[in-house]
Amino acid sequence: MPEVLTAPLVVEFPFTRSLGPVQSAFLTGLRERVVLGVAAADGRTLVPPVEYDPVTAEELRDLVEVAPTGTVTTWAWNHEPRRGQPLGTPFAWVLVRLDGADTALLHALDVPAPEAVRTGMRVRIRWAGERTGAITDIACFEPYDGEPVPPGGSDGAFEDKVAGIVAHARLDYTYSPGRAQSAYIAALSGRRTVGERCPSCRKVYVPPRGACPTCGVATTEQVEVGPAGTVTTFCIVNIKAKNLDIDVPYVYAHIALDGADLALHGRIGGIPYDQVRMGLRVEPVWTDGGRYPDHYRPTGEPDADYETYKELL
Amino acid sequence: MSKEPVAVVGIGQTKHVAARRDVSIAGLVREAARRALDDAELTWADVDAVVIGKAPDFFEGVMMPELYLADALGAVGKPMLRVHTAGSVGGSTALVAAGLVAARVHGTVLTLAFEKQSESNAMWGLSLPIPFQQPLLAGAGGFFAPHVRAYMRRSGAPDTVGSLVAYKDRRNALKNPYAHLHEHDITLEKVQASPMLWDPIRYSETCPSSDGACAMVLTDRAGAARSPRPPAWMLGGAMRSEPTLFAGKDAVSPQAGKDCAADVYRQAGIGDPRRDIDAVEMYVPFSWYEPMWLENLGFAAEGEGWKLTESGVTELDGDLPVNMSGGVLSTNPIGASGMIRFAEAALQVRGQAGEHQLERARKVLGHAYGGGSQFFSMWLVGARPPES
Repeated sequence: MPEVLTAPLVVEFPFTRSLGPVQSAFLTGLRERVVLGVAAADGRTLVPPVEYDPVTAEELRDLVEVAPTGTVTTWAWNHEPRRGQPLGTPFAWVLVRLDGADTALLHALDVPAPEAVRTGMRVRIRWAGERTGAITDIACFEPYDGEPVPPGGSDGAFEDKVAGIVAHARLDYTYSPGRAQSAYIAALSGRRTVGERCPSCRKVYVPPRGACPTCGVATTEQVEVGPAGTVTTFCIVNIKAKNLDIDVPYVYAHIALDGADLALHGRIGGIPYDQVRMGLRVEPVWTDGGRYPDHYRPTGEPDADYETYKELL
Repeated sequence: MSKEPVAVVGIGQTKHVAARRDVSIAGLVREAARRALDDAELTWADVDAVVIGKAPDFFEGVMMPELYLADALGAVGKPMLRVHTAGSVGGSTALVAAGLVAARVHGTVLTLAFEKQSESNAMWGLSLPIPFQQPLLAGAGGFFAPHVRAYMRRSGAPDTVGSLVAYKDRRNALKNPYAHLHEHDITLEKVQASPMLWDPIRYSETCPSSDGACAMVLTDRAGAARSPRPPAWMLGGAMRSEPTLFAGKDAVSPQAGKDCAADVYRQAGIGDPRRDIDAVEMYVPFSWYEPMWLENLGFAAEGEGWKLTESGVTELDGDLPVNMSGGVLSTNPIGASGMIRFAEAALQVRGQAGEHQLERARKVLGHAYGGGSQFFSMWLVGARPPES
């Protein structure tokens, strides 16, 4: 049995965020070295501020400045910082209740070892040199044994408010297509298309998934299909897809390879796009180094009768 | 013991637009929820539970957004549930909420669905660069267009049917103040002259990308008796699913859709949907899906759905109006789109649909589907409470 494949899968995207009035003031404040909380209905000051009261659900808009100094309420040691975290060296994740606030803010505390952290210790904000209106404008917290710093009197009214931010999200996975697809991919490297037959309904799945989605049983019997097949339906693509080096218009088709009970998808070439039709008989065209056929081209056989492929659209 | 009848007593929507840059996601959902409560003349304290839905988290990249939206929806200290069934989620979210009332778990439930597409990228979220797999060759419409061609081949429908649907829905949207697209200068010629994107689908036959939220207040008989405005009554509701791709799948008229509709009709005592149902709000992201769903839902025989569209039956003044609100073709905050269908059906039977109100709307079907025709959810609402 061929080796089961694995490969890194990186999912990343720059999401845009519309901040709304409260987060807009909060992040603009950080840019100006001001930390804002919001006054809740029960008199507490919530930091970071929220738009709606967690007790009464009423809209909250009264912003209150709190101090850049505070007290650690709890912590956890991060011995191996990851990409994108606030500090590159080991640090403590801390919840800090800033002076004047009733709730705590999550951030990083720059200390050399866990022995240097304790609940109840006094800390202050270390501001980033360049600030843009983001939570990273607080570079981190640092130990502080001086006098409390009184907060200013900002109410959140700033010039040139930050209305939106870009939040870069990234997830790192190790992807494995599993046994069945690994075998399928291994066969493709020999330019053979191998599916699997369901022992119960006898349908041949290409690509195989290792199980029949209808019967819910494992599939193991390997069946070579194709190489030729029938275009069962298609569309003509007139808009250029991102990261795809294909000139438009081109034909994207469902192709039922001979012997398969499910159509797979591919591009049709070797024929003008406006002459492609349902029932057209095609065969794969391989290019050196390609994992999949580059496209499918007409075999020159007569078109298949609709009755023979109408269940395979 | 029979089920508790479920009534819709509050409906709220945001004005759907391409980008609501003035509000956060919390601000967006809040607006719809507040309007639904105002419509029902209720406060946050009157709500026993909150059921929220949206399309995949990947779209906006906020993982489990319900956690952070609890404050905005007054859900702190109450049960809050998140539902996800791809594009049909707005419908299935409403049905989960309705189930809580029908089972007498809760008396009054706030249900809401949303999408903030301006903060997301649905195309990206649905086409991750999975190793070893062939890259997606065709984009969003490319997934649907071959099914449309298959329908045209099967039914013999003329090429123009898709443009008729788009022209109708865009004109209907002009009567709906909450619709995203208000194309005041729309003409049939303009639809037919719009660029062919994924032949046979033209640009004007595709849905927009919207920011929006929709909320409903569902309640029991006692709640309905206190309602300041006429309630809509749920007469039947069902969900069905099937794999996206399997040998024998009928992508033109999926079995799960037929089964789902049959279940709703059985619950509601509908013998002939064409005769017994007055109008439909159906999930039509590409115009050709109107005739396809007319057949799938039993309003026309197989291969005949396009004739209803072509002869004007589905127009606002027709015998079976479809998508009086302008539909998904005019407004598509993906996660909310299904709930908008359900809510618009309820607005009609309540007589609250404003300029797009039908004269005769005693029983109206709300329909949603998603995930490559994998998930279906539907409800039938009526102006009168269920018998039994």
